[in-house]
Amino acid sequence: MAKGQIVAGCLAPHPPHLVYADNPPQNEAYSEGGWETLRWGYQRLARKLKNIDYDAIVIFTPHWQTYIGTHFLGLPEFSSKSVDPVFPNLFRYNYDLKVDVELSEAMRDAASDQGIITKMMRNPDFRVDYGTITSCHLLNPEWDKPIVTISSNRNTHYYSPEVMVEQATALGHACAKAIEDSGKRVVLVASHSLSHRHFVEEAPLPEDMSREHIYNHSQYVWDMKIIEMMRDGKSREVIDIMPEFTEQTIAETEGGGLIWMLGAMGFPDFPAEIYGYQSVIGTGNVIACWDPNDETREYVL
Amino acid sequence: MSESNEPEILFGIYCPPHPQPLLSPNANEGYARLRAAYDECRKRIEENEVDIILVYSTTWPSIIGHQIQALEKAVWTHVDDDFHYLGSMPYEFWMDTEFAHTMRDNCEKRGLEARTVEYEGFPIDTGAVVALQLLNPDNRIPACIISSNMYANRAETIVLGKAARDTLVEQGKKAVVVVVSSLSNRMFTEHIDPVEDRIHSQKDDDWNRKILEFFGDGRLEDLSQLSRDIHGQIRVQKVVAYKPAWWMAATMGQHNNYEGEVLAYEALHGSGGAVITLTPSSVSVGDKEFDEDDVEVYRGDRNVLDKGMLE
Ligand SMILES: [Fe+2]
Repeated sequence: MAKGQIVAGCLAPHPPHLVYADNPPQNEAYSEGGWETLRWGYQRLARKLKNIDYDAIVIFTPHWQTYIGTHFLGLPEFSSKSVDPVFPNLFRYNYDLKVDVELSEAMRDAASDQGIITKMMRNPDFRVDYGTITSCHLLNPEWDKPIVTISSNRNTHYYSPEVMVEQATALGHACAKAIEDSGKRVVLVASHSLSHRHFVEEAPLPEDMSREHIYNHSQYVWDMKIIEMMRDGKSREVIDIMPEFTEQTIAETEGGGLIWMLGAMGFPDFPAEIYGYQSVIGTGNVIACWDPNDETREYVL
Repeated sequence: MSESNEPEILFGIYCPPHPQPLLSPNANEGYARLRAAYDECRKRIEENEVDIILVYSTTWPSIIGHQIQALEKAVWTHVDDDFHYLGSMPYEFWMDTEFAHTMRDNCEKRGLEARTVEYEGFPIDTGAVVALQLLNPDNRIPACIISSNMYANRAETIVLGKAARDTLVEQGKKAVVVVVSSLSNRMFTEHIDPVEDRIHSQKDDDWNRKILEFFGDGRLEDLSQLSRDIHGQIRVQKVVAYKPAWWMAATMGQHNNYEGEVLAYEALHGSGGAVITLTPSSVSVGDKEFDEDDVEVYRGDRNVLDKGMLE
């Protein structure tokens, strides 16, 4: 059996606004559009993924928050309606998705072997979180690949951002090992924004782009610094500065997704592809992809 | 319309958000005692003529202001993110939509951003599901659930409580006020045998017992004034502040004139879970002098950088 491999790593923010703006048939809410910079960026990245041969998407989400270890989806199918608890006016999405349970269990076992506390989630009534649904919908609107969702253990709040770096990196290494042993070709997804201060008021028409801007300039400057390092192939430095970035911008990196993904990819020193940056209700969001293949890696933006 | 400006609050309940008392009450004697305490509260609700159960849940975070559950009949099967292996929580709750809408209006009158949510399949949080299932299993009494805004601090939370008070007065409804929150909220980060459950640390246990003394003496306003200390000492810093005592005091009345009763105090996977009742009374242990302003209307965050700058 050929060795499995990570064929791409995507930083894929999940504001439900982006699905809302797209008006897919699965979502009950109706919009007049909005946030095109991010949506068009997502469409371009989705087209790239169409041209990559892969077996499964493994996604790490901060909206499945677990305090007792890291949990993995452990049933072959989930079908329900995901209603965003914060933006229920925008996101009420009927999903029907498949899970690569074999890969999920292999990653769980590898993590457990490394001393990480783990749990398989096998309750059929469980609702898959909206971070998973949003990022996967935007990266693969056809939903024609199985996924695995990994929960975000709350290390940042329970201990510190530094502990999160250690833990999420160790989890990344364990997942990479399991993927290699599985013989599968896998796309990794870290589902989250960068800076993460929201406005606490919403425009009467949420997609009114005349009202959309970053929460404050400090958030923007930090986001740009991180993106610049991604472009320069300095992924190790991105992780080194992350505790401070997370604290200064209350960034959604606190969930550990990007650390996990870059850790699994061995902290790549090649440039990340940048597909777009835009604010959503004040938060900073970048779509980025780390393509380990020198032949297909592009300078996108 | 009520004649007086005092709402008729029969009693308040402070109870924990974790699902063990609902899903696995017999897994440990402490869980069973918590369950018995919930059952006692349910009985007391049944024995009174209650018009509404008003729930403030710390496990329902909001961002766009304060969200108020207003779907007349909320039906779903809830599963907890951590404790999914304990089982599913099917529910069917009836909401007091009239209260919810007026509550929103009263929030807005006091300067708060607020909105009702009325969507089929809305994910009602574990804490609210556990409380309503155990306190009002037959939906005899309509309920209202209010979110906890993740950015809100003291002023906003106090004003939110006052808006609830306004609404109770305006509609002349007899209420039971329920706050769903742990005391110390640090859980064990590994899976444990439930029979070995205990409070995560001696320090958390010491603080919990001190807080329970205050509750037992009916000193709700004193607890409200101690919120920032409680947050610093025994709360994992997930949100900006420990808010439940602020909201509970602002809703029930900002004083210490209560009969307090601690019906149970037990560990829930390491966190401090207590079922407590507070009944308004004429007895007071006396108010101390407080150094934080009372707030009637929310005027937004005070931006210190805009004040006192040289022109
Ligand atoms: Fe998010």
